[in-house]
Amino acid sequence: MKKNRMPRILQQLFFLAGIVALWQIVCLVGVDLLHVWKSYAMPSPAGVFSSFCRLLGDGSLLQATGNSLLRGVTGYAISILLGGLLGFLMNHFPFLHNNLRPLVMGIQTLPSVCWVPFSILWFGLTQQAILFVVVMGSAFSMAMAADNAIANVPPIYKKAALTMGATQKQIYWKVILPASLPELISGLKQGWSFAWRALMSGEVMTTCIGLGQTLITGRNLADINQVMLVMIVIVLVGILIDRLIFRALEKHVYKKRGLL
Amino acid sequence: MPLTLSNVSKIFADSEHATLKHINLSIADGEFLCVVGKSGCGKSTLLNLIAGLEMPTEGEILLDGKPVTAPGADRVVMFQEHALYPWLNVMENVAFGMQLAGVPKKQREETALRYLELMQLSDYKDYYIHQLSGGMRQRVNLARSLTMDSRILLMDEPFSALDKQTSNRLRAELQDICMQTRRTVFFITHSVEEAVYLADRVVVLSAAKKGIAEIVPIELPRPRHVYDEAFIEYRRQILEEVQEDKG
Repeated sequence: MKKNRMPRILQQLFFLAGIVALWQIVCLVGVDLLHVWKSYAMPSPAGVFSSFCRLLGDGSLLQATGNSLLRGVTGYAISILLGGLLGFLMNHFPFLHNNLRPLVMGIQTLPSVCWVPFSILWFGLTQQAILFVVVMGSAFSMAMAADNAIANVPPIYKKAALTMGATQKQIYWKVILPASLPELISGLKQGWSFAWRALMSGEVMTTCIGLGQTLITGRNLADINQVMLVMIVIVLVGILIDRLIFRALEKHVYKKRGLL
Repeated sequence: MPLTLSNVSKIFADSEHATLKHINLSIADGEFLCVVGKSGCGKSTLLNLIAGLEMPTEGEILLDGKPVTAPGADRVVMFQEHALYPWLNVMENVAFGMQLAGVPKKQREETALRYLELMQLSDYKDYYIHQLSGGMRQRVNLARSLTMDSRILLMDEPFSALDKQTSNRLRAELQDICMQTRRTVFFITHSVEEAVYLADRVVVLSAAKKGIAEIVPIELPRPRHVYDEAFIEYRRQILEEVQEDKG
């Protein structure tokens, strides 16, 4: 495994470099030579890099990224709590399972941007409005994931614990929670991607400093390079969170269970 | 008599589960009782009733004079397989029941280690379940059930998913342990040979009668050997009884 790792990362880097090179060639040929695109409608690697230097230099890129991350994480934490609780309740009470679950299932399919009008009416153009969109955008998928994860715990785990004298509380904390962890983590991962996307839908509508706002500023200034830069940063943050947090979590949980 | 079933019946609304009618049975202290019968005769239902995982439709199950109303650590069940927890290592699995009961960490690890040594598993105490063979898993499972010091140990076809060689070795180990510790055991199996090998008495359940067809005391000294003439005779007699059942 270790032996393979370095070449693989190098390979990925080369692949990315290839894409950037291709992109630059397309810009040169398409914009300057053939005039397929107007220069303001097509970002170029060089242009994005100069935007990067400019926004990094005046500190606004870091500030925007930091703000967005903080907001995203806050909203995500709230949806974990609310979604987890909702999922647990839906699983625990047959009445809710039969009646509420189909509804939650449906709401989960709503694109987060649909919550924007509500959030503006209720909270104005504020931080809270963005958080509302993030929570609505990810809590329901989290609830579904939690409900499914609990439901998929093999009944024999509970039976064995019961005959060893476990109380209902012990069953939940010592059996169901650890047993459903692998599935819960995939749910958390999906929830994060929903939250991060919802955050952008929320941020583009307000004037709070953040990546979404930087993107809209780019549009307003007809600076396609800045728009592209923000898109790249959003993707990079997504990849980074996945690698640093979820991969590490999965590795820890899967290894014990022989799932790796 | 620690455990008595008087006139116990269990009727299910669906036809998936076997029905039991008017079961009367007692298990003595230190007795090893085996239940055999064709699949679908209600062996597992009977065990679930004693375990408290299901409630009888009528009749009463008494443990030391007290009615059984829920599962409890005085009637630990050792299940067929997959009942070990993959997120815990061998030591933590074996100590799990004691952890539930609030036994301090040091004490429960000492006890767990004692049983792991008994099962010759102490070298594997830090292993996770997926790293063990089927036979080793069932030995861990047995160690976990033994640590609970339960009033009666219920075993639900514990060796039937293993290959023949492994299951033979395990039942020999179980026989040794029972000779040493005089546990009260209620053991379910579809293997008549296993039942004759282990039991003080063999209960033959009948799907046709929806109850007990016969109870055969096995009067053989231990350790037993499957090729003894008397053993073969018991085995033949019980096997005939099982095969006659037109469930």
